[in-house]
Amino acid sequence: MSKRFDTLFSRLKDENRPALVTYFMGGDPDFDTSLAIMKSLPKAGSDIIELGMPFSDPMADGPAIQAAGLRALQGGQNLTKTISMARKFRDENQDTPIVLMGYYNPIYIYGVDRFLNDAKAAGIDGLIIVDLPPEMDEELCLPALDNGISFIRLATPTTDDKRLPKVLENTSGFVYYVSMNGITGGAIASTQAVGEAVARIKNHTPLPVCVGFGVKTAEQARIIGRDADGVVVGTAIVKAVENTLDKNGEATKDTVDAVATLVRGLAQGCASARLEAAE
Amino acid sequence: MTKPVEPNSFRTGPDDQGMFGIFGGRFVAETLMPLILELDEEWQKAKTDPEFQAELEHLNKHYTGRPSPMYFAERLTEHLGGAKIYFKRDELNHTGSHKINNCLGQILLAKRMGKTRIIAETGAGQHGVASATVAARFGLPCHVYMGAKDIDRQAPNVFRMKLLGADITGVSAGNGTLKDAMNEALRDWVTNVETTYYLIGTAAGPHPYPEMVREFQSVIGNEAREQMMELEGRLPDMICAAVGGGSNAIGLFHPFLDDKDVEIVGVEAGGKGLDGDEHCASLSAGSPGVLHGNRTYLLQDSDGQIDEGHSISAGLDYPGIGPEHSWLKDSGRVNYVPIMDTEALEAFQLLCKVEGIIPALEPSHALAEIIKRAPKMRKDQIIVMNLCGRGDKDVFTVGKALGVEL
Repeated sequence: MSKRFDTLFSRLKDENRPALVTYFMGGDPDFDTSLAIMKSLPKAGSDIIELGMPFSDPMADGPAIQAAGLRALQGGQNLTKTISMARKFRDENQDTPIVLMGYYNPIYIYGVDRFLNDAKAAGIDGLIIVDLPPEMDEELCLPALDNGISFIRLATPTTDDKRLPKVLENTSGFVYYVSMNGITGGAIASTQAVGEAVARIKNHTPLPVCVGFGVKTAEQARIIGRDADGVVVGTAIVKAVENTLDKNGEATKDTVDAVATLVRGLAQGCASARLEAAE
Repeated sequence: MTKPVEPNSFRTGPDDQGMFGIFGGRFVAETLMPLILELDEEWQKAKTDPEFQAELEHLNKHYTGRPSPMYFAERLTEHLGGAKIYFKRDELNHTGSHKINNCLGQILLAKRMGKTRIIAETGAGQHGVASATVAARFGLPCHVYMGAKDIDRQAPNVFRMKLLGADITGVSAGNGTLKDAMNEALRDWVTNVETTYYLIGTAAGPHPYPEMVREFQSVIGNEAREQMMELEGRLPDMICAAVGGGSNAIGLFHPFLDDKDVEIVGVEAGGKGLDGDEHCASLSAGSPGVLHGNRTYLLQDSDGQIDEGHSISAGLDYPGIGPEHSWLKDSGRVNYVPIMDTEALEAFQLLCKVEGIIPALEPSHALAEIIKRAPKMRKDQIIVMNLCGRGDKDVFTVGKALGVEL
């Protein structure tokens, strides 16, 4: 397995702060801007990068990420380019873990073996594939593990104690706890329930637990980060891109900066998550 | 490509993972998995529960009006001058199509599971109407997702759903057709999974839906077998049905799959022709991929992005197909062919004039294939076609296509 996750989480343990996990859509609104955003993320305070692979039919995503995926596809993004984006990033950055996130069909059509070879060569550390539950592990999860790429599973409020072991069985890197039943960009109903769920999952696994879906602000990151080993922000970043586009949907000089500014704020939220708890 | 070894039976699928060969499966988000497993458990119990079956049979008989007639289309047979043509008249069902067969079965399951809210996707509106109907009958709120383009071309069905008390959300993402409606229904389901039952209208989606929908629709084929034995003393030489997602077709086909002498033909929407991208012939012109919970033949590009497709018939306007049809195609048991918009329109008009039946545009595709085949067959041969829906909902679309202002 990739050592980058272990190195990172052990360092964060020493620093006593949660990881900031940032999602952005690969190729939104174009390849070069998107690569510039990716490169800016670690400098702004992101610890793990989730690189979104656009798909025409993103069934688990809300309107913001749907729209971002369509912009990327219209901008000519495809899986080959997404992998190449990761490789270009990795040429300059050896430490930040990269997780590809998306849906199975583009990978299935690319070819699972070819995909895993190329992903490994590009320095990709993990995969989050929304529509591959443990029941379908033979499709991609097990071959990915054979290739030293982590398969990061989503656990959800509907994943009860009976099912958790199955969900965790082939999970590595970290566990992604989905804070609510719903699609990306919704609202978290109760941060207290999230904290309880994180504790429940930690009873079943030594892996770090990161929480996503619905975290939008530095304040939310700070509160969620008290209990969670990591905080995932996606929709807010994708919206920051969207808000800076011109009327033709093209990037402006503000696009990369807007993301970096947002991420710096979120990183501060994460940094202060456990300060007052320790007081 | 070498053909796979022919199985002893074509009727044993799916396996316990929901696979028909490489097709089918459960490609869904983790949020939905516990519910899908619970549904499977409940369905396996219901399938063999005499009480459940008795309640469904009672509703089929007294609410839907089953069995649907097997009608000898004498004038059409004469007109074409070949094989004897019979229509399995599922368009005479309550709500006007075969969709009610599945909806009654599933709403009984929803009730068993204690769900308090029904959601459904619809293309032509037939499934939406049938869902709204059974929801009204059982006193459950119903929310229907429908593509914005389909709302425009199926206005009568939209109003029917409203009369039946359903809420309708127009979906303008993508091309605003059935695929997009299904995405949106899945998003609703994932958000309201605790209370909500997703009443999928076609024999597709994650396991156990394809099997479950097939079993509820197999009433069509089971009746057809009995009726043919009664009327002709033998099974037909050929059976034929239109295939969008494929629920009416699998319902007719499945009971005949092991009757080797019965030729089986599924008819896809060829739209404006398979050369361009304005068609919905996923089996004839697509390739295997993963969408909406299952692996099946899809219209997609070389990057695995799903294409939109086109058909004059909203009910066939879907870039995928039920996984069992994909398996039946690859195994060679069923022959799938495309029919163009123009051919379906001609068949539609012919049936109105010759038999006094206004068919829906979906079975008009199957009819167009029969029109090609019947004249080449002997007069003592028999064809059974599933006339799965009536055409009242399509008169505006047909009027527009023929240049008539209504």
